[in-house]
Formats: sequence, C-alpha cells, structure tokens
Amino acid sequence: MSEQIHSVTGIDSRKLLMWIFLASDCLFFGALISTYLIFKGNIPNPPYPTDRIVNGEFFHGLLNIPLTSASTFVLLMSSVAMVLAVYGAQNNNLKMMKGWLLSTIVLGIAFLLFQVYEFRHFLHEGLGLSTNQFGASFYLMTGFHGVHVGIGVIILISLLFGSFRRNSLGKETGFHIETAGLYWHFVDIVWIIIFTIVYLMPY
Amino acid sequence: MTTAIPLHAKQESNTGVWAWLTTVDHKKIGTLYGISGVIFFILAGFEALLIRTQLASPNGTIIDANTYNQLFTMHALMMIFLGVMPMGAAFFNWLVPLMIGARDVAFPRLNALSYWTFLSGALLLTSSWIFGEAPDVGWFAYAPLTEKAYTISKSMDFYAVGLILLGVASTIASLNFIVTIINFRAPGMSWFRLPIFVWMIFVVAWLLVLSLPVLTIGLVQIYFDRNFETNFFNPMGGGDPLLWQHLFWIFGHPEVYVLILPSMGIVSEVLPTFARKPIFGYSAIVFAGMSIAVLGFAVWSHHMFTTGLGPVPSIVFSASTMAIGVPTGIKIFNWIATMYGGSIRFTTANLFAIGFLALFTIGGISGVMHASPPIDTQQQDSYFVVAHIHYVLFGGAVFGLFSGFYYWWPKFFGRFLDEGLGKVQFWLFFIGMNLTFFPMHFLGVQGMPRRIYRYDADLGWDTWNQVATFGSYMLAIGMLVFLYAVWKAYKTEPNAPDNPWDAPGLEWATSSPPPEHDFDVIPIVRARDPLWYNRDNNIVQEDTKEAHIHLPPPSYYPLLISIGLLIGGIGLLSTLVISFMGILLAFYGIWGWVLEPTD
Repeated sequence: MSEQIHSVTGIDSRKLLMWIFLASDCLFFGALISTYLIFKGNIPNPPYPTDRIVNGEFFHGLLNIPLTSASTFVLLMSSVAMVLAVYGAQNNNLKMMKGWLLSTIVLGIAFLLFQVYEFRHFLHEGLGLSTNQFGASFYLMTGFHGVHVGIGVIILISLLFGSFRRNSLGKETGFHIETAGLYWHFVDIVWIIIFTIVYLMPY
Repeated sequence: MTTAIPLHAKQESNTGVWAWLTTVDHKKIGTLYGISGVIFFILAGFEALLIRTQLASPNGTIIDANTYNQLFTMHALMMIFLGVMPMGAAFFNWLVPLMIGARDVAFPRLNALSYWTFLSGALLLTSSWIFGEAPDVGWFAYAPLTEKAYTISKSMDFYAVGLILLGVASTIASLNFIVTIINFRAPGMSWFRLPIFVWMIFVVAWLLVLSLPVLTIGLVQIYFDRNFETNFFNPMGGGDPLLWQHLFWIFGHPEVYVLILPSMGIVSEVLPTFARKPIFGYSAIVFAGMSIAVLGFAVWSHHMFTTGLGPVPSIVFSASTMAIGVPTGIKIFNWIATMYGGSIRFTTANLFAIGFLALFTIGGISGVMHASPPIDTQQQDSYFVVAHIHYVLFGGAVFGLFSGFYYWWPKFFGRFLDEGLGKVQFWLFFIGMNLTFFPMHFLGVQGMPRRIYRYDADLGWDTWNQVATFGSYMLAIGMLVFLYAVWKAYKTEPNAPDNPWDAPGLEWATSSPPPEHDFDVIPIVRARDPLWYNRDNNIVQEDTKEAHIHLPPPSYYPLLISIGLLIGGIGLLSTLVISFMGILLAFYGIWGWVLEPTD
C-alpha cells in the first residue's frame, strides 16, 4: 500500500491504519476468548482438556503443555527475529534484514506446523467441533489465531521476495517491515493470552 | 483559475460506466453510497408498507405468517444496514474531506473497496428474497431460532454471510476515515475547530471499529453452528443462547449511535447556518458525543432485562442507560440555544433539522422509560418499543439525513432541490410519521405485541392500526415527492453559487459542485467557523496557484477484490470450492493492488 504520504500529526497514515486495525482486532479476539471462558469448566462429555476422573473412570487429558510450551517458545522467538529484521532494515543492513526476516518466516511456519499437529492429534483423540463446547470454542479461537499467523507469514514472504528484487534497501522498505512487525507482535501477544488461558490456567 | 491547473495525466474521465467502477474519488463514492442507500431505503420502506397494509384491519389476509416474518426482519436489516448507514456514508464520504480541507481521504482505493464490499454484502443479503429464503427470525436473530433445527432454509446463512461482508465494508471505511480525520486536516484546522459533523463521524468510526468485530464473531458462530455442527448457541448441545444476545447487543447498541450520530452532526451544521449564529456550546456537544460513544458500550444489556440477569446487572445497566440521557439532553439544549435569538430562515433543510429535534426528543424520552427494568419488562415486545425506535430512527436519523440532502444538494451537484416540493415532503413526512408511529405508543400500552401478522377484531386495536397505516401511506407519498424533486433538480441547469446559504463550513469555500481535486488552493483555517471569520474580517482566500495537484489514478482492483469476496460469500452459501475460488480472486486483486503504481 503506497498511498499518499501526508500527515498532520507526523505519524504515517499507514502505520496509524495498522494501529487502529489492531485495536479492532483486540475486540475480535476478545469475543473469541470470552466465548471460550464462558464455556470453560462446563464440559459434559469427553474428551476433556485435562486429566479427569468421572464416575470412577479415568479420562486422559488432551492438552500437552510441554509441547505447546515449545510452540509458544518458537512464536516468541519469531518476535525476537522480527525485531532484529526491523533493526536491520532501519540501519540499512540488507543482509541482516533478509536473514532475520527469513528466520521469522521459518519460525512462524514452525508454529503453524505445531498447530496442525495439535489439531490432528485432538481430532484423533475424538475431539471434533461438535463433540463438546471445549472443542468448538478451542478450535474457533486457536483456528482464527492460526489464520492470523498465516496471513502474517504471507505478508512477510511478500516483503522478503520484494527485497530480493533490488540490491539495496528502498526508501520504504524499513517502513513496510516495521508496520508488518506491529502486526506480527500483536498476533504474538494474543497467543500469549490464549496460551495462558487455555494451557496454564487450571481447568 | 480552475483551467490553469494541469491535473495528473492519468486523471479519469468523468463519465462512463468504467469511470464509476474504477473511481477512487471520495465524491463519486459518496454518490454511489447515496444512490444505493436511497434505493434500499425505498425497498425497505415498501416492505414496511406491506406490513402496514396487512395490519390495517383485523385478521388481515394479504400476506401469510411466514412472509410477514420475512418482511419485518428484512425491513429492519435493510433499513439499518442498507438504507440509513449507507446514506450516512454518502454524507461522510462527500463531506469529511471537504470539511477538513483535504483533497481526498487517506486511502482512496480502500474507500472504493469499502463501497464495493458493501454492495456485495447488500446484494448477497437481499438476494435471499429471490430464493424465497429471506431471514425471518428478526434482525437480532435470537438463538436458538437461528439453529438448524428451527431454521432449515438457508436464510440464516444469508444473514450471517451478508452481515459479515457488510461488517468488513464498514470496518474498512471506518479505519480510513479515522486516519483521514487525524492526518489530513488543512493548516489551522485544529481538533477544536473541526466541524461537529466531522467529530460525530470520528466517533461513529470508532464505534464501528470496536463493535463490529464482536458481531463478526457471533455471526461466525451462527455459521459454524449451522454448517459445522458446533453448539455455541444450541442449548441441547450445551450451548448458550444468551451468549448470542450478549455478542449481538455489544455490537447492536453502539450501532444505534452509529445510526443517529451522523444525523446529529448534520443537524449541528444546519441549525447554526439558518439561525445565522455559531453553534452554542461547541465543546459541550463534542464531549457529549464522545461520552455517548463511551457509555454506548456499557448499556447493551438493557436489551436483555427480561432474560433474568439478576438485580445487580439490571441496576448497573439501568443506571448507565439513564446516564446516556444526560449527554443527549446536553445536545438537545445546545441545539435549542443555537436557535434562540437567531434570525431563523425556515428552509426545507432547517425544517427537517427542527423536526429532528422535536421527534428525536420524543423518542429519547420513551427510551429513558425503557431504561427502568420494571417498565421495560411491561413494554418488552410490545408496539411501544416499535414506536420508540421509529421516533429515534425515523424521526431522528432519517429526518437528519433528509435535512442534509436539502442542505448540501447544491454543493454536491450544483443544483437546488426545489424548496416548495421540499416543504411538501417535510409536512407529509412530519405528519405521516406522527400518524404512523404515535398511535403505536397507545397500541403498545394496550398490549399489542410486536411481530404478529394479524390480530382479532374484538381487541380494540382497529382504530389506531388504521391511523398508523394511513400515516405510512403519507410517508410513501412524501418519498415520491422527494424523488420528483430529485428528478426536477437533475433536469435543471447547475446554478448554485459557491455558498448559497452563507454557511460557515469549509465545504462551501470551493465551487458547487467541487472540482475533482476539491480545492484549487488548500484553505487556511483561522477560526472555528472559517468562512464567517473570513467574511467578517474581510479575508480573501489566498490565490497562490499550485502547479501540480496529485490525484490518485483510478483502479479496478478494489472492485476485483470485492467481487472475490462476493464469490467467497456465495461459496459459503453453496459449496466451499466456490469460496476458495473467490478467495483466490481476492488475493490476485490484493497482489495487483500492492504492485499498482499510485504516482
């Protein structure tokens, strides 16, 4: 998006647009997280998210906290890589920018693969969208988060390919990477909240 | 001097279908919004006429119960999302850049994208009539009626997908206008010199940006419940129907202010001009608008008093609802004080504005009555509520919009709407509106429920229903008079001067209609009412020619992306393969958009 660059406030309009969009996205995830919390603890039938004994019968919990901690670590590291890519872009270090941008993309895709594995595992264990409210609200919330990560990966790949077309940084490149970084960090923060609520809070 | 300015080489030609399809000019997009809004307003009004005809006499036989359900549902959906909101969008597209002294919005192509996406959603939603599967469970679509077990037809899928598309369109437009108002103000146009209309649009845009995502999630959940067998709102599967009510009204109540605030802004421009006085209590009106927005997010559960929230939530939401009466009252008194002592000109625009004041006040008072849970419990689902919403939405929002049409028509098109016809329309609307909706207060108190398609003869509801139906035909005739006035204006030669009303706003500083680049010279703003300040201090606008005015070139990518989204929506109603193709088309459009040069 290279529309007019014009600003009374000194803030670039495109960056402002991104900030306000993220404000809107807060409410988007807010509604998803609220849905999850409303149904939390009210699961009538297995499979359950955590280990549970019902009528003397033991049910193994679905959530694999060590595994998801690893995927959370991967996503957090992608944010670090993103910061370094922005640093490279702003300090005219094309090589550094490309390298860390590639790392961000790889880490983002790795997170998505973790999520694909987790979804497949849960499905295999018998948790479908219609099984219980945990399934419905979990898949919807983490699914939409995954879509956000996926869109972020597409944006970053586009920026990376854009940077291959020239040998030096364009005057706008640093700005584009920084604005994409805002989005990336936001999606990361949302995951920290989801991870805390789904995996760390006792069910 | 207008001919001396060499415009950009890729400037679009002014006529032809292709020019309209690819336009990124905020004025043309405003006109497109206006035309679509008026057309859907008329269609939705026609649905209301059918409803009133059915109810004119006891045991009406014109329409059956199912059609009746579809009519009242689609009437509300079309009036709100396809009539009043786009007409408001027509005004803010046209006026915000002109009023703040800008040449266009911050993101002209995004602006086109929001219009075409709106049209996609509108066509998708209304096409449900063609398939005979129009939504029929009320515009609020309470669960579990929306579940597959109760609604087998595709009607609720049309509802969910159509509203998601409309929500995307509104979100894009709101983001665009927030950035425009923050960043594109002319030199000297500080925050507290902004016209009140612009302030109100700023507030509306924030309301939409923060409330629409919540509705979107609710709609996605409806869609999942119906198509992927989740049970979000299905109590039989452990779901919670009240969750939908919360999600819907967290959006739905701010939406009420989304409908009324543009009209409040219009009235705040019209009344001072015709009272020849600056607006009274400018900052009070601005802060009242902001507090309405903040409080508007804290009152949603007053729509749910009868669901048994318990005493504490009922008290809290009752108090916050009553509190909203305070900023609203501040505005009404400020408008009255603006007129007080002025030498008032009773033009059609001013009549509609004064009509707005009177009728909106009546609707506001009955609204405060509903804020009390015991009274609300009695009035819930009765015609009393129908009377209330039509006083604020028709007497309020729609009167404000028509005031704006008569006021700004000469600016938009260089031609006046006939004042004589306008006054005929005003009185038809004013009397017709009161005849239609005031008796509904009585009907409601007598116990007539909403959304019934017929009633028995011995209930004593005949007379007032006949009066209401008579009034609704007056409204229809009033609308025909408006269309005739538009046609008549279209046939006349442009003759409007730059500032026919001697108005203070910046939009009157440019020619009527404005050139494609809005202003030959970006004006400098020295006071809150810039043109009055210049007039009183004999300041003539500087005549420094700008050698090169950059205008964004036309683009067909917004249309392409919207078609992609429309195909995506159609796919959600048929097979997901089509959806996938639509998303691919949208991605192709985004790709082209990003690589398209804008210089």
